[in-house]
Amino acid sequence: MAKKLSKRDVLKGAGALGLSAFAVRVSAAPVAEAVTPALIEAAKKEGKLFFYTAMDLQFAETLGKAFETKFPGIAVRVERSGAERVFQRIGQEYASNIHACDVVNTADQAHCIIWKRNGWLQPYMPEDVARHFDKRFFDPEGHSITTRILISPFGYNTDLVKKEDAPKSFKDLLDPKWKGKMVKAHPAYSGTIMNSTYQVARDLGWDYFVKLAAQNVMQVQSATDTPKRISLGERAIMVDGAGYLVIRNKEAGQPVDIVYPEEGTPIATSPSAVFKDSPNPNAARLFQNWMHGREAQQILVDYARQYSPHDQAVEHPGVRKLGDIKLMKEDPEAILTQADDVKKRYAEIFKV
Amino acid sequence: MTIVIPAAPAPPPRKYGIDFTKPVLYGFAVILCVLILLPLSWLFLYSLTDAKGALTLANFYRLFTESSFYDPLVTTFIIATSSAVICCAVAAPMGWLVARTDLPFSGVIRALVTASFVTPPFLGAIAWEVLAAPNSGLLNKIFRSVTGADQDVHLFNIYSIEGIIFVISCYTFPYVFVLVANSLDRTPGELEDASSILGGGRWYTARRVTIPLVLPALLAGALVAFLQAMTLFGSPAILALPAGFHTMTTKIWSLFQYPPKPELAAAASLPLLILTVFLLRAEHMILGRRGYSVVGGKYGQPRLIPLHGMRWAAFLICVLVLTLPVFLPYAALLNAAFSPVATTFVTFKNATMHNIYFVLFELSAASLALKNTVILGTATATIGTTIAVVIAYVTARQAVTGWRVLGFLATAPIAIPGIVLGVGLFLSYTRPPFVLYGTLWILLIAFVTIALPSAYQQLQAAFRTIHPELEDASRILGATRLRSLWEITAPLLRTGVIATWCFIFVGVMRELSAAIILFTSETKVISVLIYDLNESGDLGAIAVIGIGMLLITFAVVTAVNRIPGFGNVRFRT
Repeated sequence: MAKKLSKRDVLKGAGALGLSAFAVRVSAAPVAEAVTPALIEAAKKEGKLFFYTAMDLQFAETLGKAFETKFPGIAVRVERSGAERVFQRIGQEYASNIHACDVVNTADQAHCIIWKRNGWLQPYMPEDVARHFDKRFFDPEGHSITTRILISPFGYNTDLVKKEDAPKSFKDLLDPKWKGKMVKAHPAYSGTIMNSTYQVARDLGWDYFVKLAAQNVMQVQSATDTPKRISLGERAIMVDGAGYLVIRNKEAGQPVDIVYPEEGTPIATSPSAVFKDSPNPNAARLFQNWMHGREAQQILVDYARQYSPHDQAVEHPGVRKLGDIKLMKEDPEAILTQADDVKKRYAEIFKV
Repeated sequence: MTIVIPAAPAPPPRKYGIDFTKPVLYGFAVILCVLILLPLSWLFLYSLTDAKGALTLANFYRLFTESSFYDPLVTTFIIATSSAVICCAVAAPMGWLVARTDLPFSGVIRALVTASFVTPPFLGAIAWEVLAAPNSGLLNKIFRSVTGADQDVHLFNIYSIEGIIFVISCYTFPYVFVLVANSLDRTPGELEDASSILGGGRWYTARRVTIPLVLPALLAGALVAFLQAMTLFGSPAILALPAGFHTMTTKIWSLFQYPPKPELAAAASLPLLILTVFLLRAEHMILGRRGYSVVGGKYGQPRLIPLHGMRWAAFLICVLVLTLPVFLPYAALLNAAFSPVATTFVTFKNATMHNIYFVLFELSAASLALKNTVILGTATATIGTTIAVVIAYVTARQAVTGWRVLGFLATAPIAIPGIVLGVGLFLSYTRPPFVLYGTLWILLIAFVTIALPSAYQQLQAAFRTIHPELEDASRILGATRLRSLWEITAPLLRTGVIATWCFIFVGVMRELSAAIILFTSETKVISVLIYDLNESGDLGAIAVIGIGMLLITFAVVTAVNRIPGFGNVRFRT
């Protein structure tokens, strides 16, 4: 077995670091848990749940309502803001010994690494995750699970830009004709944009952003705001943001469409976690379990138009398959060490 | 004037042996010190330390050498100065028209000014985004469809420094208006009559009597407008980021992003504090000892100046000006509430109830935020008014030694941007002995502190116009200071007190800057909810909540003014 092999390797002479990593892995291998009547009963006694999330508010509330319908008597309160603000909020609350968050869903994997390192997360492995999720979609010790896979493509307003004129690549965005016509979200507020900023800077160089900033780009906070700005017609082109909202809005009849840039589309896998000091521990487990089950994951695909890590989630036509999109490479470990540098350089370049 | 008291017979022995005045007053002084000095001390301490806690001046060095700090400083100064000038230019003539002329429907004008005052600046900013965003703004759309101009052409661009100055002025000018109009309301007609009788023409009288009488109020108004514009977080938070620059307040807010840099934020807030102290001193020097006690034991109705043929023109101009802070933004919010996309004009065909349904039945944070806001509004208004009355009395009558310090302390919070006060409080009340973070108490403290300066100034102005001769008479007849305060001064102050209560309540609804630092999921307020909704661009939901918020505010203001027994009080903000 792979485990034994790794054990032997470690004993052979890996350093203390490898040893401790191994020790944790063995001790915390989580048991996959089903939704039992006892869990539902205990959750109903708690009666409520605080869900901190970076997902689009409308979707988060829809998810909450679906959960309330399935498990009446447990009220879900959604606390939505950009992932970087969610991270700041939880840090601020925990520093003051306020443990209000039950389940968190962020758009920046580095957050879960930090929370896990702080010992704040509760390992919990829902049955469906163990059975139907690829290994890369959950923490081996069960501290966090990828809930949805986000991409950050371009978007454009079809009333303002003809399909054939729409920019095809990041390079196209530097064309003077787009000057003053683009909107972009901010990595200090949004986890998706933290990922996309890092990936674009790594692949195209920071120099690219210097040139982009000279294009007089309108700056907003959240990756869920940029799609709405092109729907309003305030700007013609969305440089980055939640691609799923552009697709939803397009399907709702709004004049918007999506472009997958030639250089590659930035990607952010969005994990969820249960907090160890969760005030409603049973409701938290129930929600985490349900959210990664077939039913919620299908809502994610059908309603929110996002990509699901659940292998039984049925694709909904109208969205290009993830495998058919040229994606940039995600690197949460790099963001873990470079997030501050990304924010600082970004602020210097875009002046906000 | 000397009052001669007959030597005999000896005064009857007092019924109440102890005068509780001093202990009560000192008690308030202590509360005030804790409220203000605690967070300020932490701020000073933090501004002089590095992230590890060692003493350093590096924070200030960075503040004045890095363009990312002094650019916002310059921007803020430009915005505050321009807003103050615009506010005075608009509010002073309007205040005069309403208070001293036979302008038709002056009550309506006052009500509209009240409406613009109670409109939260961040809500106004969002509404103006819907109206005047360069491409999607409704006004620009109308402009293009009328002139047939190209899609790229726009009339207004709210995402600019001019746009921010405009929006801030829209919701700051009521401060100046109230001060000017109230001051004119209180100026007795006899003084002007005397001038006329002695041969002074209408303009001569205005120049030599009316304007000097109202000058203190106008200067105070300019100062308040400047400080409001300088420390405002709401409007810049909505508009500055898309416009591509920072003001001091948004810069300070950005310093609390992870990893938080409170020491830099504290340093960045000190120039604002010092500037404010300097301005307050300057105001004092300009006005010097020029104070006017114009309500004594006798009172003369102000005399209205006939405008003749200009009456309706003047009325029309006032209404047109008030279209900007009131009618247009409210219309934009209504449009956004029922429209599928905020900047699409609502028609019978595309109107939707989706936003209302979403806010009422889906938005899970809404009901708690509403409850918290109402609780905090009521509590803050009651406590804040009480403290402000006492301190205004102490300073107006110089009742205890050290009254100057009290007056300064009560005014000082105006110099602290709410966001910085939020941090000061956060630093003060997240550690023993007062662990208040995560409760409504910390928000209550923040809101009371923020409300205090304007409440104090309003009430102090009210006290100044009530001549101490009335209290003196009561005290000469044997009443203690507290009793004469209660039986003589309080009834005279009733209007001012009720106005102040409303003023604070409305202020709490508007408050965003401190709340954004101090809230937790359990203690969220409506302003923070709207800010979060704005971050994700949910304009429809904002419109619905905003309209609801305005309705509550109007209901409270109207209700408080109609409580039986309070008489028919005109609310003048």
